[in-house]
Formats: sequence, C-alpha cells, structure tokens
Amino acid sequence: MNRAPLIFLGIFLTLAFSWTGIILVNQIGYGSLKPVFNEDEGAAYPLQTPGLAARGKLVYEDLGCIYCHSQQVRRPGYGSDIERGWGERQSVARDYIRESRVLLGTMRTGPDLRNIGARQTDPTWHYLHFYDPQITSNGSIMPPFKFLFETRKIVGQPSPKAIQSKLPEKYQPKPGYEIVPTERGENLVAYLLSLKDTYAYPETKNVYVEPKPEAGKEEKK
Amino acid sequence: MASAHSLASSLNPATTSDDVKRAELSEIDASTKWPALFLLASAVGWLLIGTLFALISSFKMHSPDFLGNYEWLTFGRVRTAHLNAVTYGWSVNASFAVAFWLMARLSRSVLRHAGLLIVAAVFWNIGVTVGIFGILAGDSTSIEWLEMPVYATPLLFLAYALVGAWAVITFRFGKSPHIYVSQWYILAALFWFPWLYSVAEIMIIFAPAGGTVQALVNWWFAHNVLGLWFTPIGLAAIYYFLPKVLGKPIHSYYLSVIGFWSLAIFYNWAGVHHLIGGPVPVWVQSAGIAASFMMIIPVIVTAINHHMTMVGSFGALKYSPTLRFIVFGAVSYTLTSLQGSSMAIRSWAEVTHFTHYTVAHAHWGMYAFFTMVMFGSIYYIMPRILLKEWPSAKLISLHFWATAIGITLYVADLSIGGVIQGLLLNTPVLAHKFGLQQGTDPVPFIDTVKATIPYLKWRSYAGILITVGHVAFAVNFVWMVARSVQTTKTQPTLFRTPPEMEVTAQ
Repeated sequence: MNRAPLIFLGIFLTLAFSWTGIILVNQIGYGSLKPVFNEDEGAAYPLQTPGLAARGKLVYEDLGCIYCHSQQVRRPGYGSDIERGWGERQSVARDYIRESRVLLGTMRTGPDLRNIGARQTDPTWHYLHFYDPQITSNGSIMPPFKFLFETRKIVGQPSPKAIQSKLPEKYQPKPGYEIVPTERGENLVAYLLSLKDTYAYPETKNVYVEPKPEAGKEEKK
Repeated sequence: MASAHSLASSLNPATTSDDVKRAELSEIDASTKWPALFLLASAVGWLLIGTLFALISSFKMHSPDFLGNYEWLTFGRVRTAHLNAVTYGWSVNASFAVAFWLMARLSRSVLRHAGLLIVAAVFWNIGVTVGIFGILAGDSTSIEWLEMPVYATPLLFLAYALVGAWAVITFRFGKSPHIYVSQWYILAALFWFPWLYSVAEIMIIFAPAGGTVQALVNWWFAHNVLGLWFTPIGLAAIYYFLPKVLGKPIHSYYLSVIGFWSLAIFYNWAGVHHLIGGPVPVWVQSAGIAASFMMIIPVIVTAINHHMTMVGSFGALKYSPTLRFIVFGAVSYTLTSLQGSSMAIRSWAEVTHFTHYTVAHAHWGMYAFFTMVMFGSIYYIMPRILLKEWPSAKLISLHFWATAIGITLYVADLSIGGVIQGLLLNTPVLAHKFGLQQGTDPVPFIDTVKATIPYLKWRSYAGILITVGHVAFAVNFVWMVARSVQTTKTQPTLFRTPPEMEVTAQ
C-alpha cells in the first residue's frame, strides 16, 4: 500500500494552515494600516524617518545592535517597561508601519531603545557612550565602538564635531590630534535620536491603562 | 523483504538472508560515500569555525574590551556569524548527510548520480561562506536566523533545490514497500524547509510585509526552522538508530504516527510565542501559546516510544558511542521541549522573555538534542561509508564527556542567570520576594547587567569544555579519513568490549 500521496497532502496542509493563520490573515488584517493625520500639526504619524537617521538605521542593522536591544514597549503591568521609563505607552502595530525593516528584538542585555530619542536627547552623551560605554555607564557590558570615530591630525581650524575635550584623561589623543565621529557614527546617533513613539493614536488611548500601584501585580502572582 | 530473502535462499542455499541484506546495504552505503563524506567533512569544519565564533562572543559578553577594536569582530556580528556557522554550516550539512544516508538505506535504493549531489553541497557551502563573510563585513540583514545578505541566499536556495530533488528521487526509486517513520520525518522536513525559507525571504526582505507582520513572518520561520527542519531530522535519526543499534523494533508504530502528526499540526503555530507582549494582535499570541502547549502531546508520545524501546537495554550505553549520544539527545529533546512549552505561559514569559534564559533554551534544543544526535549518527555512518573504524575510543569518550558535561553546565548556568536577570528586569515585586533586591521598585538597569556577569563567565568556561570535545571529535574524524584501510581493525570501536557482541551494531 502506498501512502506517500496521503502523507504528502498532510505535510502540505499542516504548514499551509499556519501560514494562512499567522501570516496571511494578519497581513490582510493589519498589514496595510495607514498613518494617522493630525490636522492641528499638519503631520502624518508615525513620522517618516529623516534621511540621516534612515542611513543610521542601516548601521544599527549591520552592527547587530538588535541582538542586545529590543524596540518594543510592553503594556503597563506586564514587565516593568513603563516603570523603567522606556516609553509613555505600550508600542502598537501602527508605530512600525513606515519601517521597511522592523527591528523588534528578542533580547534585553541592554535597555529597550524604542524611545531612546525621547529619553537621552544629548548627542554628546551618545558619542561618549559609543566611544567607550564605561565613560557614561560604568559596569556596562556593551562593547566600545571606537571604530565609529577617527583620530586625526588637526589641520587648520579644529573640527566643531570633535569630542576629545569631553573625554576623560585616559582617552586623550596626542596633542595636535582630534577625535571626530565618522559619517556612520553620526548617522547612527541621528537614528537613535529619531527613535520616539510619543504620539497618541486612537488605539493607544484605549490600550493605555494607568498602572495600579503594585496591588494588581501581587494578586496575579 | 521476507519474500526477497526466501527467494534468494531458494536460489542459493549457501547464501543466508543476512548476507543478502548486508550485501545490498553495503552497496547502498557505498553509493552514498562521496556526498556523505563531503557533507560531513564540511560540517565538522563549520563546527570548529562556529565554536571559535561562539567563544569570542561569549568572552565579549563579560569582557567587552576583548577584541573590542575590530569592527569585523564586534559582538553583534561575531555572535551572528556563530549562529549562522553552526546552523547553516554545521547543522544543515550534517542533517543533509544523515537525511540522505538514512533515506537511501530505508528506501533500499542506491543513490543515483552522486556527483550532482556533491555539486549541490559545494554550492551550499559556498553560499554559507559568502553569507558569513557578508555578516562579518557588515551586510547582515539583522533578521534573526535570516541574517545572510541577499547575495548569498539565491545560491543557498539553488543548492537546496538540488538536494531536495535528489531525496525525492531516491525515495521514488526505493524498493522498500513500507514507509518507515524516519522517512516521513525526512520527507516532511525536506518539503517544509524551502517553503519556510522562501516565504520568509520574500515577505521580509524582497517584498516586506506591513510593519510588525514582518515579525510574525520572522518567528514563523525561525521557530519552524527548528521545529520543522532540525527536529524532524533529529527525530528521524533517533527513530532509526535507537532500534538499529539495539537490534530490536521500535516500541509502537501507532505512537510514532501520533507523534508525527501532532508535531506537524502544532509546531507550526508555536513560533508566535517569541512575540508575547509585543505589538502584534493578541489573538495570534494566544494561538501561539496554545500551540506551544499542545506540543506536549508529540513530545510525550515520542518520549514514551523511545523510552519503551530502550527499556531493558540501558546496559548497551556502556559500549556503543552512537547509542550514548543518541540517548543523550533523545532525553534532551523531551526536556527542552517541555521547557519550551512552559516558556510560552504568559506569566513565565514575563520573567524569562528577553533574557539569557531563552539563550539557554535554544542551546538545549540545538545542541543537547540536535547536535548530540548528529554526533551519534556520524559515529555510526562513517565506518560504514569508509569501511574503516574510528581510530580512537578514548577520543570518542573525551568528546562525549566534554560535550555532555559542557552543555549541561551551560544550560543550567545560563538558565539560573537568566531567571535572576528576568526577575530583576521585569518583575521587581517577585525579585524582592526572593530576596534579590531591596525594595519593590525596578532596580537600575545596570544592576540587571551586573547580576548576570558571573553566569556569563561560567558560560564561557562551559564553552571551553565543549570546544575541547569538538577538537577531540575533529581530530578523530581527520585521523579516520586519513589513515589507510590496511591498518584498521575489523571490530567496531566501542567504549569497552561488551561481554557478548550481540549488542553491537551490525
């Protein structure tokens, strides 16, 4: 008796089932969500990522930042994302509709970065942090990204982008030299500064629940 | 089969049925020799490369300055190179070889045109090399499990298509009237993988789906590549080698059928549990959680089937290297799968999601289950295709103990570290209750990092132990291939000589 066709049919149908359920249904259901136009501001949210930041996103991808940093804020009461100040509200599907590559991430070896642009607004902080995370966050296990900087001889006027004056003693270059971020470094910082989901969509007003002070949590456990 | 050998013995009374069967098997084994050897040698090469990348990434996690000035070796790239080298280099090469060899034997079909299969294998390995080089050079797509840049993927797909077509042909030309459960698993895996891979490539990279639907595609693929490719191949090997080495049939045919179909139905949906709490519809998360739970059925059914086959034969573990690795893998499969189901529970995911606990779980599955089963299979296959024995039983023993202790230490250590990290990170009230922190407010993030460092260091020590095992394996492998046939002994290489040879493999 040859059961091969029957087995094959079963093999086909099982995967077809999940492909339809998980992917097709959701692509049809919310795959073409539209931005929300705010008439007062004359802007459509989520905002388009500006050009410099869009290039920075490519740097974020090629360096593999996603393996330690997530970009999603969970609802109040589930994890302590909101308490940690990682966002004002839960991330919703509409936040990601402009992104041709969604980088939700699955690890939090480092903090969530979905709203880093709203939380850490000073570019200098980011440059120092990239140069060596120990400068701004002592004890961090983030690797240094000195290769996003260039140490070069000062020719004529010193560059306004130079950061060595802010660096601690041990990182100082030889006299007559300056440390400036490379183009990729600047793009990456521009990308991080662009990361903020601060706009309240109609659906976020529904999902946002004021966190109950601990009582609800203890009950659940 | 019964009629075949009664016919043979009626024609030539001097020929025993066993001799006929063995002659046929050795002809089949001989036909698989060159492709299998090429695939396995590539696999061993990638295993060493992947292990080196693993060690570098592991050291970097507790000593971030280690090789810190080389952009090519920054953590995000070298960790990704590790994943791709061990997944697409080691695991896929090994699973191709094992799947083929099993398919040819079980279909009782000589492998035709082995040369083209080697061409496919060469393409695959070039694709993986280009892909990993691309990742280190900075062309990673940053999509988990699909990081290889677009210029590597068509090559991989082409190679895969050739390989898949070959397996189906071998199956079609088969003489065996029965389809053994291992063949079900292999056929299914060979069919599922290209579907998963092409959908994921298209819907994430070439024509991206809208917003977070990409994340659903990503985890539908990434979890299914484990569940619908590596798991079936691993289970196919267990279903073949366990009864084969023991010389007795599998406990229950019906349990293996239930195990197969319940896996096929439920595993598919489980991947969404990677997005619990994320910005995707809650109903699909719930479906993923339910499916993860239903996975308990195939896992328990398969575990019972394997265990009942083993009952009464545990003594054989003292002698057979193949059996020892396979049984370690089979037990790990049960445990890691049950752990996986538990990790889908929302309140447990709240603690463990985003932590090293998940990393421990992934290694429990891909290493303690799949890789150990592949090791066991290779110990069985190599002597039969090369007609030589393994040169050193001591090296096999070192390989087993270093990897078995290494991975156990790895999983235990990182699981504990991951739970502590998760409690501090996500559930301060619980962490306080367990005495991990002073108050019930979230501790500063840096404290969640510092708490994991001892565990990350121990992970590196475990990694060193595993590396020792891999080197022992590679030395034995190269030695075996290189040495001349004349010097070999005729007895199989066992850990020790059994009182009677009946438990040894034929």
